[in-house]
Amino acid sequence: MLLEDGAWFPGTAPIDFECTCAEVVFTTNLSGYQEVFTDPSYLGQIVVMTAPMIGNYGINPDDVESDRPRVAAVVLRELSAKPSNWRATGTLADWLATARVPIVADVDTRQLTRHIRSKGAMRGAVAPGERPSDQVRAALAASPSMDGLDLASHATIGAEYTEGPLDARHHIVAYDYGMKRNILRLFLKNGCRVTVVPAGTPASRIRELGADGLFLSNGPGDPAAVHYAITTLRELADGSLPIFGICLGHQLLGLALGGDTVKLPYGHRGGNHPVRDLATGQVLITSQNHGFAVRGDTGAVPGAKALQVTHVNLNDGTVEGVKHREYAIFAVQYHPEASPGPHDAQGHFEQFLQALDTQ
Amino acid sequence: MPKRTDLQRILLLGSGPIVIGQAAEFDYSGTQAVKALKEEGYAVVLVNSNPATIMTDPELADRTYVEPVTPEWVRKVIERERPDALLPTMGGQTALNVAMALARDGTLERFGVELIGANARAIQMAEDRAQFAAAMHRIGLATPVGKTVSSLAEAVDEVAETGYPAILRPSFTLGGTGGGVAYNRAELEEMVERALELSPVHTTLIERSVLGWKEFELEVMRDRRDNVVIVCSIENVDPMGVHTGDSITVAPAMTLTDREYQRMRDAAIAIIREIGVEAGGCNIQFAVNPADGEMLVIEMNPRVSRSSALASKATGFPIARIGAKLAVGYTLDELPNDITRTTPASFEPVLDYVVVKVPRFAFEKFPTADYRLTTQMKSVGEAMAIGRTFKEAFQKGLRALEAGRAGWEAGQSLGDDRLTSDSPEDLRVALRTPTPERIFQIKRALVAGVSVDDIAVASGIDPWFLFQLEDLLAAEREFAALVAPDAADLRRMKRMGFSDRQLAALRDTSEQAIREARWRWGVHPAYKTVDTCAGEFPSRTPYLYSSYDDENESEPLGAQGIVILGSGPNRIGQGVEFDYCCVRAGLAFRELGYKTIMINSNPETVSTDFDISDKLYFEPLTLEDVLEVVRWERPKGVVVQLGGQTPLRLTKPLEAAGIPILGTPPDSIDIAEDRERFEALVRRLGVTQPANGIARSVDEAVAAAQRIGYPVLVRPSYVLGGRAMEIVYDEGSLRAYFDKAARVAPEHPVLIDRFLEDAFEGDVDAIADGRRCVIGGVMQHIEDAGVHSGDSACVLPPYLIGDRQVEEMRRYTHAFAQALGVVGLINVQYAIKDGVVYVLEVNPRASRTVPFVSKATGVPLAKLAAAVMVGHTLDELGVPDDLPLPGVAVKEAVFPFTKLPGVDTILGPEMRSTGEVMGLADSFGMAFAKAQIAADGSLPLTGAIFVTVNDSDKPTVLPIVRRFHEMGFRIVATEGTARYLRARGVPAERVAKVHEGRPNAIDLIVSGEAQLLINTPLGKFTQADDYAIRRAALMHRVPYTTTMSAASAACDAIIALRSRTGSVRSLQEWHERTTAEKQPPAGAKAPEPSPTPAVRA
Repeated sequence: MLLEDGAWFPGTAPIDFECTCAEVVFTTNLSGYQEVFTDPSYLGQIVVMTAPMIGNYGINPDDVESDRPRVAAVVLRELSAKPSNWRATGTLADWLATARVPIVADVDTRQLTRHIRSKGAMRGAVAPGERPSDQVRAALAASPSMDGLDLASHATIGAEYTEGPLDARHHIVAYDYGMKRNILRLFLKNGCRVTVVPAGTPASRIRELGADGLFLSNGPGDPAAVHYAITTLRELADGSLPIFGICLGHQLLGLALGGDTVKLPYGHRGGNHPVRDLATGQVLITSQNHGFAVRGDTGAVPGAKALQVTHVNLNDGTVEGVKHREYAIFAVQYHPEASPGPHDAQGHFEQFLQALDTQ
Repeated sequence: MPKRTDLQRILLLGSGPIVIGQAAEFDYSGTQAVKALKEEGYAVVLVNSNPATIMTDPELADRTYVEPVTPEWVRKVIERERPDALLPTMGGQTALNVAMALARDGTLERFGVELIGANARAIQMAEDRAQFAAAMHRIGLATPVGKTVSSLAEAVDEVAETGYPAILRPSFTLGGTGGGVAYNRAELEEMVERALELSPVHTTLIERSVLGWKEFELEVMRDRRDNVVIVCSIENVDPMGVHTGDSITVAPAMTLTDREYQRMRDAAIAIIREIGVEAGGCNIQFAVNPADGEMLVIEMNPRVSRSSALASKATGFPIARIGAKLAVGYTLDELPNDITRTTPASFEPVLDYVVVKVPRFAFEKFPTADYRLTTQMKSVGEAMAIGRTFKEAFQKGLRALEAGRAGWEAGQSLGDDRLTSDSPEDLRVALRTPTPERIFQIKRALVAGVSVDDIAVASGIDPWFLFQLEDLLAAEREFAALVAPDAADLRRMKRMGFSDRQLAALRDTSEQAIREARWRWGVHPAYKTVDTCAGEFPSRTPYLYSSYDDENESEPLGAQGIVILGSGPNRIGQGVEFDYCCVRAGLAFRELGYKTIMINSNPETVSTDFDISDKLYFEPLTLEDVLEVVRWERPKGVVVQLGGQTPLRLTKPLEAAGIPILGTPPDSIDIAEDRERFEALVRRLGVTQPANGIARSVDEAVAAAQRIGYPVLVRPSYVLGGRAMEIVYDEGSLRAYFDKAARVAPEHPVLIDRFLEDAFEGDVDAIADGRRCVIGGVMQHIEDAGVHSGDSACVLPPYLIGDRQVEEMRRYTHAFAQALGVVGLINVQYAIKDGVVYVLEVNPRASRTVPFVSKATGVPLAKLAAAVMVGHTLDELGVPDDLPLPGVAVKEAVFPFTKLPGVDTILGPEMRSTGEVMGLADSFGMAFAKAQIAADGSLPLTGAIFVTVNDSDKPTVLPIVRRFHEMGFRIVATEGTARYLRARGVPAERVAKVHEGRPNAIDLIVSGEAQLLINTPLGKFTQADDYAIRRAALMHRVPYTTTMSAASAACDAIIALRSRTGSVRSLQEWHERTTAEKQPPAGAKAPEPSPTPAVRA
């Protein structure tokens, strides 16, 4: 494991793999590695697991957030070769090997995490071999930076599809920028019919679908680089449709309404982030996974007068939720759908459906 | 919400004496709570009868009452102190029960005291099984609790629902009598019939069995704004059926998927809301069916617990401290995370390491006790270890136990692992029964080729843990087969937690050789920080653990640092009193400008609280682990004299490694421990010692005993707590002793002393600075010599020893301190017989009684010891020659007999008490009475006394019984005793002995017709009788004494209790009294006028 600043972390290779370069991030989730590895928001990232024992309960067909592992590579302290769980259908190593996702094990992941925390998120390379070769160094230098990278276009689906009964209580259109499957599960569980559309779907098509509300999904990459989505959303956020956004969806909404996004030093990734709901004063323990944030503070989002900040992160004060001052439009930076992570914020789905009811 | 300003004075209840199931963890939580409340400006009133604790240090709370934690005595404190609120959640079940009793009887309402932390309704709902089950049902959660039935038909219907095996719990029977597990219809019919018959209300509860399910715990906190966080998840390695306190446990949970974990988390949040814990913490236990993931709620404790202490140490999230702040109105988001200091407490800790807790048992002291592990907790202490992986933490945890294993290694003999055979068939059978040795039996099973599947089926342990163990065994085999291991091989093994000693055994070499090779190759551990956030934020608190990983985060302190070695897991003979000494001294070093570095492995203690020291290393106290820390830190010196035998044992090897030992020179410690060198010293000083000898074979022992004269006291050398110590009266018993109790060999000599029958014992604690020595206190034991000093009640000042003998004990103590060059603490034990003072032993280290003496006198001996160890003199510190004594202090021991079925309650030279209490009053009688009450041995004021004593005790018991008779007690006695008493004018009713038919002595006790039992062993033929009588008294909570001196003291106490109501007074007031008056109060024996000049060089 080599970082762009030259720091080098030795490890072992439980499975064969080829040199892979991507942005290196860490997540502090204690459980839920299978959800993390299949979360499309991690597309193009090398994920360091701070939890030291990974693979304990194997893998199963249910705990997936998309159809396959999406991470560029996995770095961990110790891989459990033999899992045990009543739902387990295989081992993590076999599953990642099949998906050609590199694993680097036996790394001092705490040292690596502390390095990223103090130096900031950066690119890195995982490669087999005793020590970094010139080839690897060159590949790393040539790899693209996350800044200005539109990954949503890669994470999205190819074609529109619909799920849920025709006589559903609500019909929702969901922009898939790399949507986690649990979002869809929760909408369906709440009796909705959901039409999922590719990231590039124009506003006209959304209107044509005649849905009750619009959902903006999570996804990978730099929000500011997804120009087409921002333009489309600016058009759609006119009060004609209730809108609910999560993560990248939240950032795109912020941008569409005149705000700005910034890259966080090393992001928020984990299942223990305290977020204050400014209206009630309550603290939610949230699941998070983002490297960018909407610029602002408890007061406002500069440039986006229409937006009111509803939630802030208690660790660093960053914006975690916004709502439109007039329309039924709101979004959160964290992941109310959890999976992995705590369910404290699942009420946002209810909140959205209620907004649809009153529409 | 900021803190409440309508409260000024808060009453906090401690948990009383250390008993199995309620130990040092409540000193830790109570101490945190006191500090947290004081920080906020509240006046804190504390009640705790346990003098060995840090929380009862008078410098901590504003008013410290060392009084019984019972409703009656706490009410007296409330009457006197008029607190605004009572925080009942920090002192275990004891505090919760007392608070509930005071709520029910209207005391709290009458004095306007508000319960904070948990309200009465919530406590009630959590504690009552039926109410709790109903509450769980309301929120859609399942419990194993079934139904209370009153007929076989109902029972059969209920089992049709819950299935076999069915658990029966008859209503209102004592100690689970009549309960059991029914595996089929026939058993059910039989057991229900018996259960209904035995139950006084003829009902029994039918419960679903969850034996063998996986067991998990969550630690949850909630504030007044309804913010809830989960602090920690804990997974038990042993399945349901083994008490969590007796199980090896792991944090965080290892085998749950996120989906399963979140379901448990959601349930925990719903539970704390439904039960209504408004501002505080709770512990919730879950059972999970390994076959399909079905989850049941087992129980919830609406208070801090052993698990919350463990969770606090495992995560760095101080639950008790935060709990106290929530109780006074703060919300989680208003409180900082004490480790990062930049992020709030409203978050959930994440771990980038694995924590393993291992229980420590004391069955070697109770050979007749049932060693099988059940739902009744039996362990007396625990060690915790942190590693980056399960394997590393697991092996560290096993060696941290200090139970003779250097890690996960099988015993030297089959017997060590409680086996008679290691055939795969027999191992499979053995593994079905949980015992302390099962984890080692698993190793033998793997070696014998038993498959993981078979072991999992037999033991109920999740295969994941067994795979980990299998990996360890594979690594061992590979390492043992290497031609010449290199640095990489060593490092690979160290990363799996293997100790140098284990590796040496695998390579058939010495620990020293492995260490030398390792150091030569530069293979050392790195120190990592416990930071609550897995490295996401910078942390300011150096709470460290070792791991063979790459980056070392610890900044060495160098010569400004002082390393204090703690006492490791609690065990009988080495408990919280040594932690008190370590903590008190540590605080003193900090006041003197040094930086303290604590090394300890016990998660229950105050010493392992990360804000007590400048640096905390959570490490096993083995030579290897200590050497590595010291190598890295390069401190000014290491303190070994405060933590009991654990650090003392390391003195020689540490010195040999060139590490400076602070205080008393190591050679002096050796003189005191080495029988021959000690004898030479005693002779040189002209002190008398009981005739004694040392034997290296059975024949030598017999010869020595012949020379010394029976009875003799025999014991192996270098023991603490009287391990395998016995009094033998003839050669036959002596030979029998070597057959069953102890080995004797040239390298394992046995010490033989003349046993002084009917002698008094005295105990002296003193402090010396190398030149001057000051006596901290002279104590007299209430039980005769022959009862281990830790098990005997004792009184300060002495009440039956002559002034001349007291003077002699003081003089000898000075002489020993000077001759040994003691710098720090010293304890000397004496026996007095026929006016002669004999020295029994000298311990140039902190003794068990240091906190007791400190609290009786108000002079903090451990704090002074710290100062003299770094070169201050007692003169500089202004310590007078005579320490004041404001009253009479009695210490009483507390025993685990009710928790260990099958154990005789008779006291002897082997220490068996787990804890102690203190009674402080103006007179001996009242002080003893308070100590008895605090020890849960309430004394009767009227009723009948049942006396049955052996012939030699009859003359002694006569005046005692006469006093009882004069007070109006009925006297009941067995044939011989009754005849003896009647002949001397004491009317005594006769009751049949057990073998003489019924109604007999046991019926008397069971039916509540005797209120106090005085019993001494009657001889071989009635041994079974005696035992049955004492056990009956124990089970039916009839107070009993087995020595004449204790019977006499009990009589004094009853007289005191009948003549006046006991009053309460805080330590601060007692100590003020000595500074103000300098005169002892009436009723107390005056302290010695002490004309002795201090011994000066």
